[in-house]
Amino acid sequence: MSVSIIVLVGVLFAVGTFLIMERSLTRIALGVGVLGNGVNLLIVAAGSAPGDAPIIGRAGDPTDPLPQALVLTAIVIGFGLVSFILALAWRSWTITDDDEVEDDLEDRLVARRGDSRTKSGDAPHREDVS
Amino acid sequence: MTNALLAAPILVPLAAGALSIVVRRLVIQRTVSFVALGIALAAAVMTLVRAVSPGDIQVSRLGGWPAPIAITLVADRMAAILVAVALVVVTIVLVFAIGQRASDEHSWFYHPTYMVIVAAISQSFLAGDLFNLFVAFEIMLMASYVLLTLEGKDEQIKAGTTYVVLNVLESLVLLMAIGLIFAATGTVSMAELPERLAALPGPVATGLQLLLLVAFGMKAAVFPLFFWLPDAYPTAPSSVTAVFAGLLTKVGVYCIMRTQTLLFPDALNDLVLWVGAATMLIGVLGAISHYDMKRLLSFHIVSQIGYMVFGVGVGGAAALAATLLYLVHQIPVKTALFLVEGIMERDSGSSSFDDVGGLARRSPLFAVLFMLPALSLAGIPPFSGFVAKFLLVRSGVDAGHYVVVGVALLVSALTLTSMVKIWVNAFWGEVEPASRAAMRGVLRHHPTMAAATVALVAVTLVIAAVSGPLYDFSLDAAREMTTPATYIDAVRSAP
Repeated sequence: MSVSIIVLVGVLFAVGTFLIMERSLTRIALGVGVLGNGVNLLIVAAGSAPGDAPIIGRAGDPTDPLPQALVLTAIVIGFGLVSFILALAWRSWTITDDDEVEDDLEDRLVARRGDSRTKSGDAPHREDVS
Repeated sequence: MTNALLAAPILVPLAAGALSIVVRRLVIQRTVSFVALGIALAAAVMTLVRAVSPGDIQVSRLGGWPAPIAITLVADRMAAILVAVALVVVTIVLVFAIGQRASDEHSWFYHPTYMVIVAAISQSFLAGDLFNLFVAFEIMLMASYVLLTLEGKDEQIKAGTTYVVLNVLESLVLLMAIGLIFAATGTVSMAELPERLAALPGPVATGLQLLLLVAFGMKAAVFPLFFWLPDAYPTAPSSVTAVFAGLLTKVGVYCIMRTQTLLFPDALNDLVLWVGAATMLIGVLGAISHYDMKRLLSFHIVSQIGYMVFGVGVGGAAALAATLLYLVHQIPVKTALFLVEGIMERDSGSSSFDDVGGLARRSPLFAVLFMLPALSLAGIPPFSGFVAKFLLVRSGVDAGHYVVVGVALLVSALTLTSMVKIWVNAFWGEVEPASRAAMRGVLRHHPTMAAATVALVAVTLVIAAVSGPLYDFSLDAAREMTTPATYIDAVRSAP
């Protein structure tokens, strides 16, 4: 197994993690893509020794086809996921003109609310916090 | 024969989903969905009957390929009963969704997506190797992303974003874990893994196990990985939240059970135990602090997951049997509570206690419909929750985990408190102006939704009534789990 691939996996993980921490959904989508490729590469690198194409009837020393099958499936799934996140970003942009990931409204409500809230009290309502 | 029986709960809904994409007329879509669910349910029940007697583990290799190539489906007692319960619940929820007459069920991709999620839930219970489990997870998550953001409303997109990103992260962790497990052992088959994992050096095995537990724990929403759930679930339509609440997290629990019994028997049980204790406590505290029924119930999902994880952490046949019973009871009870909430929301246009009140005066029967699963959730006899919780606590006491048992009992009391909070705010008190404008009777105006909820509450009562035989069955299932050799032999000797 080549060291350069391991280093590359590390770099992909680092870049992907950094991007996922961003607030913009487009960057998160990129991060998911990069991170996903890091994982895929990891499976190929760790999974099996290199060899000839694993086709039944071919001569030579075939490599193990299983990790490649796994990674192929994972690539397809990853593609679907990134497309869905991009669709979400687009939808978010058409509604609010940005694709920021915001803090949850109800969490902010609970944080602001005292522990003495009563039903008729003057606690903050949904409208106040948006 | 076994082949078709095990594959039907997966392939039939998938085929129905494909058909529904092509045929976009609602009437046909509904018919297709119900026929598919009927066939899948029949197959699942037959599998369950065969799991009861003669009680051997049923294995099916799809396509008749030999062992390492074929996709293997395995139904031991645990998987068989979970698939059957899950299919009963999803069928009832579909009836509810149709009765909801909301825009979501009318959009043409609701039925295909619903069928896909049903297939994926069955597949994750029946998968005989880790990679198929991963694929099942992905299908399930993909469908859940679509269902969650179905209406494309602002708040759904916001909450959906958090949900999607965190679950994608979870998927990557799981994929990484599977890749590394394959690298270390050269297999992903759950029957071959136990021996090879046991042969690994200790730290390597622990690392792999932790990766799996993080991935499954995030799916099951255990502490400290639960924070996405109470944000995301309440934004979806009630019929969707009900399925998510009842089933998706439970799939995570099921996977934790498999990890702790089959793959890494009894390793890191103390960690799992304390994570369970923290999960139930934090979940219930979150529930008490919230003022919106959907949110409150979402925190209860987390809290109840804690009980099951606690059971897994105790380990041993008695505790695992109690956990399985808890799982079986929890699926319909939790779903029923969300259906009740759905009727309430439909009726008053909100699930916040600011906007509802006096429901018991308007419709006593509706109040009863809420009370039965609520008392069951809190663990009041004679309901199913009491039986499950009692067995769980007893196994904890027998194993000497007194502190965690104390936490469990405290959480039980707090659960009751929060159910009383719902009761006082939504069912007692003044009829709110918002709902006075609505129709007077709650159930009469939503007959289909009411019928579905009554059916599901009836299921929870049936589980309470048959809890004796069910416990015997769970005990057999737990013995199967505690002796991985039965599972391994059954899969290896399968044709």
